[in-house]
Amino acid sequence: MMNLTNRSKVVSNKQMTFWERIYIPAILGGMRITFGHLFRRKTTVQYPEVTREFSEIYRGKHVLKRDDDGRERCTACGLCAVACPAEAITMISAERKPGEEHLYREEKYASVYEINMLRCIFCGDCEDACPKEAIFLTREMVRSEYARGKFIFGKAELVEPFDPAKRIDISKRQTPEVLEFKKNRSYKHNR
Amino acid sequence: MFTEYVFHFLSIMALFSAVMVLASKKPIHSVLFLTMTFFAIAGHYVLLNAQFLAVVHVIVYAGAIMVLFLFTVMLLNLNKDERSLKPMWVKIIAGIAGGMLMLILVGVFREYDVQSAQDPMTTQIGLVKNLGKILYHDYLLPFEMSSVLFLTAMVGAVLLGKKEQI
Amino acid sequence: MVEQIIYKTLLASFILILSLLVAMYSTLVERKVAGWFQDRHGPNRAGPWGLLQPLADGIKLFFKEEFMPNSADKFLYILGPSLTMFIALLTSAVIPWGPDLVINGQTYAMQVADINIGILYIFAIVSIGVYGIMIGGWASNNKYALLGAVRASSQMISYELAMSLSIIAIVMMTGSLSMRDIVAQQQGFNWNILYQPLGFLIFLICAFAETNRAPFDLPECETELVGGYHTEYSSMKLGFYLFAEYINMFISGAVMATLFLGGYHFPGLDKLGLSPNVFAFVSFMVLFAKITFFGFIYMWIRWTLPRFRYDQLMKLGWKSLIPLAILNVVITGVVILLNQ
Repeated sequence: MMNLTNRSKVVSNKQMTFWERIYIPAILGGMRITFGHLFRRKTTVQYPEVTREFSEIYRGKHVLKRDDDGRERCTACGLCAVACPAEAITMISAERKPGEEHLYREEKYASVYEINMLRCIFCGDCEDACPKEAIFLTREMVRSEYARGKFIFGKAELVEPFDPAKRIDISKRQTPEVLEFKKNRSYKHNR
Repeated sequence: MFTEYVFHFLSIMALFSAVMVLASKKPIHSVLFLTMTFFAIAGHYVLLNAQFLAVVHVIVYAGAIMVLFLFTVMLLNLNKDERSLKPMWVKIIAGIAGGMLMLILVGVFREYDVQSAQDPMTTQIGLVKNLGKILYHDYLLPFEMSSVLFLTAMVGAVLLGKKEQI
Repeated sequence: MVEQIIYKTLLASFILILSLLVAMYSTLVERKVAGWFQDRHGPNRAGPWGLLQPLADGIKLFFKEEFMPNSADKFLYILGPSLTMFIALLTSAVIPWGPDLVINGQTYAMQVADINIGILYIFAIVSIGVYGIMIGGWASNNKYALLGAVRASSQMISYELAMSLSIIAIVMMTGSLSMRDIVAQQQGFNWNILYQPLGFLIFLICAFAETNRAPFDLPECETELVGGYHTEYSSMKLGFYLFAEYINMFISGAVMATLFLGGYHFPGLDKLGLSPNVFAFVSFMVLFAKITFFGFIYMWIRWTLPRFRYDQLMKLGWKSLIPLAILNVVITGVVILLNQ
């Protein structure tokens, strides 16, 4: 069989020598190793005071984007729900009434949009599948709750605030390369 | 004065626990009361200025033998009252034997002259130094013989404990 | 005479409080040391460096639910932890904590009871130490507790033998059973460990087994016995069991320091020309430092070695340590005979 690494050792049932059988040298060797760890750098992150450094494109809680005029971008096409491997996304579509043009960008919108955060695996496939650049994962974490029901996030939790100053910046996630990638029809999930 | 109080306390404790060894229902309680009796007797040894004997008594009886007893009783789980009633003649014989032992003890203590007994605080025989000297000078042969006897008993116990036939 | 009695009472209370305090903070130190060995910080939230953590633990234990199994033997169930604690505290009586203090021209020995059979007293306490665990384990009426108790007792009985035999060599060298004489004989750097390295090693291993510390913590082996003899215990009764373990660690450290590492002696300390009381204090600190060293060794070993298997434990005790201890006694006897 081929070795995946060169670290494997051939084991044998050979008799231990006297030096090995009195154990004391082995114990002292072990104690030397543990003693060395006394002065190592500690790996703990002291949480409330120090937070772990997140990546710029960390995949946390989702956001439903608005466009520059503050209209919801989502058209309830359902591609995200289809792409979702955990089947965490569900939605109900509705037709835009006259006079609601300032709320929704297209004629069809999602009246209900729910993500079950207990099912979600934060893979980001919904973001890749979305043709309207409506859903993105953010650096924000999903908060902990006491009841399971509270983990089903509706539009109230997901849609970003109307106030332009409070919009969530996703420019780090949507670089030209990403847009180019999404246009490429040869990828299966872009079809 | 003070030692007298301690003596009375220890004696009552020894007698009480000795009675409780027989009276208590659970075997475990009997064993523990027996241990308490041993401690009371060890206390008496200290009062007699025989500290070595006292400590050895605790080590050997309370620390080793009673622990083994406890061990056995625990594992046998004798909680259920399985003691069958003995036939009448066994009880009568036990009564006669016990009565005779008591008769002998009473006879011995009647003859014993309390006045001639030495004051325990003036005799230093119970201290480890004197005891060691006597054991290893005057009684060396019997002492070594008894140790050989113990060794023999130990070997015998191991042989009996072995499963296969010899 | 009256002053002596008052002084002894004060000393005994001081040692009692000291043992309890040390045991309390040993729990913190153990968790800290465990953390450092595993590249963590250990508890550091309650107070600066986690110094209030033992208090928090104690309060938690006091306010936990007092639980007693229905089928437990009520009296023995309570007696178990109390007895363990009581016996753990008894040993400190014969340990000489320092040289004599001089107050108003009177000398006071820093030892609660200088009995001429100090070592035998320690053996006696160690040999009855198993009762607390056995009673508690049996009274819980739980198979894991009973198995833990049985393991504890057989382990402690087995290792008591090698322990006693390893000390007999010391007694032969010193010619006295009094702890005070043994310490007095190790003046300066005349420590017993230099003459009895094998005896020290045997005693150290047995001390691990007697205090039920890793790698010999089979009586409370979590993977096999849930919690061992204290499976059914909760709140402060459990606290007593855990506490007694740390007191035992402290006291056994003191015994080892006294018997093998020269007690309160340190080379060159008596030549500094300190006044008697300062000298006594410094000597006491020396002894305390040695005890702390042993405490650290206990923790170091615990977080380095995995637990022994039960047959390995018995094999080590009966087939290695006892013959080695007997060999040690014989060699010591021959050397003493030749030097006469």
